[in-house]
Amino acid sequence: MLTNVLRNFRALPFAILLIVATALPALAGPFEDAVSKFANDEFSDTEEAIGAIATGGNPLAYTIISALQDGRLMADPDTKKVYVTQIDGKIIDAATGAPVASIPDSAAAVRLNNRLRRTVEAALGGLTLLSPDPAKRIQAAQSVFKTHDETMLPVIDGALQKETNKGAKLAFSEARAAILLFKADATDAEKLEAIATIKARGDQEALALLTGLTGDQPPAIVRAAANATSAIQSNLVLWSAVQNAWYGLSLGSVLLLAAIGLAITFGVMGVINMAHGEMVMIGAYVTFVVQEVIRTSYPGLFDYSLLMAVPLAFIVAGAIGILIERTIIRFLYGRPLETLLATWGLSLVLQQAVRTMFGPTNREVGNPTWMSGAFELGQITITYNRLWILCFTMAVFAILLAMLRYTSLGLEMRAVTQNRRMAASMGIATSRVDALTFGLGSGIAGIAGVALSQIDNVSPNLGQSYIIDSFMVVVFGGVGNLWGTLVGAFTLGIANKFLEPVAGAVLGKIAILVLIILFIQKRPRGLFALKGRAVEA
Amino acid sequence: MLTQSTHDIATSLNRRRLLAATAGLVMGLATFTSARAADDTIKVGVLHSLSGTMAISETTLKDTVLFMIDEQNKKGGILGKKLEAVVVDPASNWPLFAEKARELITKDKVSVVFGCWTSVSRKSVLPVFKELNSILFYPVQYEGEESERNVFYTGAAPNQQAIPAVDYLMKDEKVKRWVLAGTDYVYPRTTNKILEAYLKSKGVAQEDIMINYTPFGHSDWQTIVADIKKFGSAGKKTAVVSTINGDANVPFYKELGNQGIKATEIPVVAFSVGEEELAGIDTKPLLGHLAAWNYFESIKTPANEKFIKDWQAYTKNPKRTTNDPMEATYIGFNMWVKAVEKAKSVDADKVIDALPGTQTANLTGGTSELLPNHHITKPVFIGEIKANGQFDVVWKTPGLVAGDAWSKELPDSKDLIGDWVGKKCGNYNTKTNKCGGQGT
Repeated sequence: MLTNVLRNFRALPFAILLIVATALPALAGPFEDAVSKFANDEFSDTEEAIGAIATGGNPLAYTIISALQDGRLMADPDTKKVYVTQIDGKIIDAATGAPVASIPDSAAAVRLNNRLRRTVEAALGGLTLLSPDPAKRIQAAQSVFKTHDETMLPVIDGALQKETNKGAKLAFSEARAAILLFKADATDAEKLEAIATIKARGDQEALALLTGLTGDQPPAIVRAAANATSAIQSNLVLWSAVQNAWYGLSLGSVLLLAAIGLAITFGVMGVINMAHGEMVMIGAYVTFVVQEVIRTSYPGLFDYSLLMAVPLAFIVAGAIGILIERTIIRFLYGRPLETLLATWGLSLVLQQAVRTMFGPTNREVGNPTWMSGAFELGQITITYNRLWILCFTMAVFAILLAMLRYTSLGLEMRAVTQNRRMAASMGIATSRVDALTFGLGSGIAGIAGVALSQIDNVSPNLGQSYIIDSFMVVVFGGVGNLWGTLVGAFTLGIANKFLEPVAGAVLGKIAILVLIILFIQKRPRGLFALKGRAVEA
Repeated sequence: MLTQSTHDIATSLNRRRLLAATAGLVMGLATFTSARAADDTIKVGVLHSLSGTMAISETTLKDTVLFMIDEQNKKGGILGKKLEAVVVDPASNWPLFAEKARELITKDKVSVVFGCWTSVSRKSVLPVFKELNSILFYPVQYEGEESERNVFYTGAAPNQQAIPAVDYLMKDEKVKRWVLAGTDYVYPRTTNKILEAYLKSKGVAQEDIMINYTPFGHSDWQTIVADIKKFGSAGKKTAVVSTINGDANVPFYKELGNQGIKATEIPVVAFSVGEEELAGIDTKPLLGHLAAWNYFESIKTPANEKFIKDWQAYTKNPKRTTNDPMEATYIGFNMWVKAVEKAKSVDADKVIDALPGTQTANLTGGTSELLPNHHITKPVFIGEIKANGQFDVVWKTPGLVAGDAWSKELPDSKDLIGDWVGKKCGNYNTKTNKCGGQGT
């Protein structure tokens, strides 16, 4: 990500020297000494070595430093030899570049801490400012923008003239503006132009740069900077509203996903199902098992693990749901209090069963590459996992709605839940439909577990944290109405996210709860109440 | 330190309590009958939750005590008697902790109890241990502001974890701006109060400190992570000090990784994240984020290597991790053994008097000593998260740090000390020279 470039850029002088030094022939001797310092296992020696190598101009510099960053640089403390495992798996001697058959057992990866990691990034940044890859050039220019180191100006100017890539050109001109803004001997005209460039950039970092501008500037510059600051600020306020709306949609989608199965079992069937959260948990554990199998047997398929987990989670959770309905719930229809207690006891049993089988600690469920990371949309960051979950939720919702509307099973479900005796006398096997409906609700909860495993703990307690929220959504949206659940989930999500920055996470949650209680007083049947005789039945 | 999920409603507590109490009664009767037959053993109580929210952390400590007892019995036990464990399950239910403690002491006649994790469970059993005059070893890092005659605190006090971590960030990472993020309960609130006072005493301005609390099990971190990012882009080096509770950490770190906050820009130093918690996360995006503890599994000493080997052999799981509260349990157990041998008795009064001054080797190459305030001396390590889920120690205190029962940073407790040897008092006020000062 472009914004994720280092802030402290201590090793920049090295980078400059390096660019100067690339013109000179490489020197032998000091380079070998520097490389052997990696074997001392002292952070200060490693830092010296990075500096010496980055400025030494040896053609191996980039190979060594990028290997250091990735943990592929191995050093043997006994012989002081240092090795690089290259990306293709071949091993070379770092000091000479000669191929080596294997790394001795006594060698260990050279350790880094955060300070050194920054030094490494800075050294690599200096090495990549003229890189053939535009993305790398942009990244390097971004880091110059943040540090606005005056000594980089000639290099940036040179690079800007040769640059043909549009994005890189913009990044270089922004970096140049940042340097000029802080340069003591820049003319007023240059500074005003710099402020305009930075204002056009308009993000948090531009704001940080402008507010960092210190006092003793000509009045015209101060005024221009103040204007630019307020322009950026009002722009950012607008973006923060957009950001809250997006976060609200994202939270709403998670709520909807968790609640949608409950909208079937509780909303449509009227079973107060306290074990709903445990179906979600079972779905998450199915994902874990699928990933374990893939990891050990077919590592190449890892990116498809979630796609495989979805149908399996549906089947497993659905089957358990049907089993529960047949063995417990069917004896308790029309007795809500007993159903509540029985399903709650069942939730404890399921939790403890999972705890015994998989252990009490969290299980690792990995994110496939297409669900990791984020992209920038204007001034907000959108993470891929949240985006995919939103899409996935909408797909599940649409499929479920279509199923209830257009399939014969959907028709039978609606008939049975509206008027059981009439449906029975029309020849519908009501007890079979009950079991299938409960299985469907549980199966969908299982699917929700697959998605939630991507953003939450996979532990026996996973379900507990969603059960209250799910009931809240279903009751608020209106029992028995899928559209109500949809609107309810997004309303709660967005309201929560707009309250959170103002009231804090804890108070925000309380406020939402109070608002729902007040709302239910006014409209006991929720947002979209069912009307007609079915309601009274 | 941790507390139960907010989602447990009142009825669940009653019901669970009833169930567990019945189970406990049956167990209690069973052990009572066997107790009379086996008078040649010394009984050790284990009071850790094996079900409910806290089972995730406490089950490991129960196994650790059993492992220690097994090792001690292999050496012939203590005073010529074998040790026998009495395990009960307080089920993450705070009032049940008190009931179970009473049962262990009166029915099972245990000589010592190892147990508790959350501060609220410790506070719940305190009156029982005082009334029945028994001994509790508490192995978890906590908020301090306490020193009791019957309790021995082998986990870190704030000055053995939080303060050194902040010092490291200030000196080594030159951090100028601070986010104190925690879960909303007593441990983070007290720790953050101490840290805020400490930071201000070091000249950090109010606007450079952002304090944020979240509910238990918080899973939607988008807004807060975005806020941290914004707070951190004000041109000054920023760090996050996290007292976020175990369960909420996984989504927090996932969000950090996804929004691309790297440790080189905004490092997060955590006080409740250890090897066990990282087991549930893909740690590659978290490379370089920090944790402060008194022990890391990756520390290479002969004692630690032997401990890990024996532990994995005992649990028959070659991948089983070790963590800081386990080491605290290990130290506490060994100190108790030494004190019993010194007192030549398991009588509570004699052992309590024998414990202060006891020295025992810790797993990181030093010797910890039990202090008159019932805390111990420990080294402090700062570790960076590695890609394999372990920590790489990047800094440690030059020597061992003595645990302060009362924080020197808070105005209400800065004059208080705990001294159960000379003054026979847990909250002695050094200004007024009187016992009975108030903590916060």
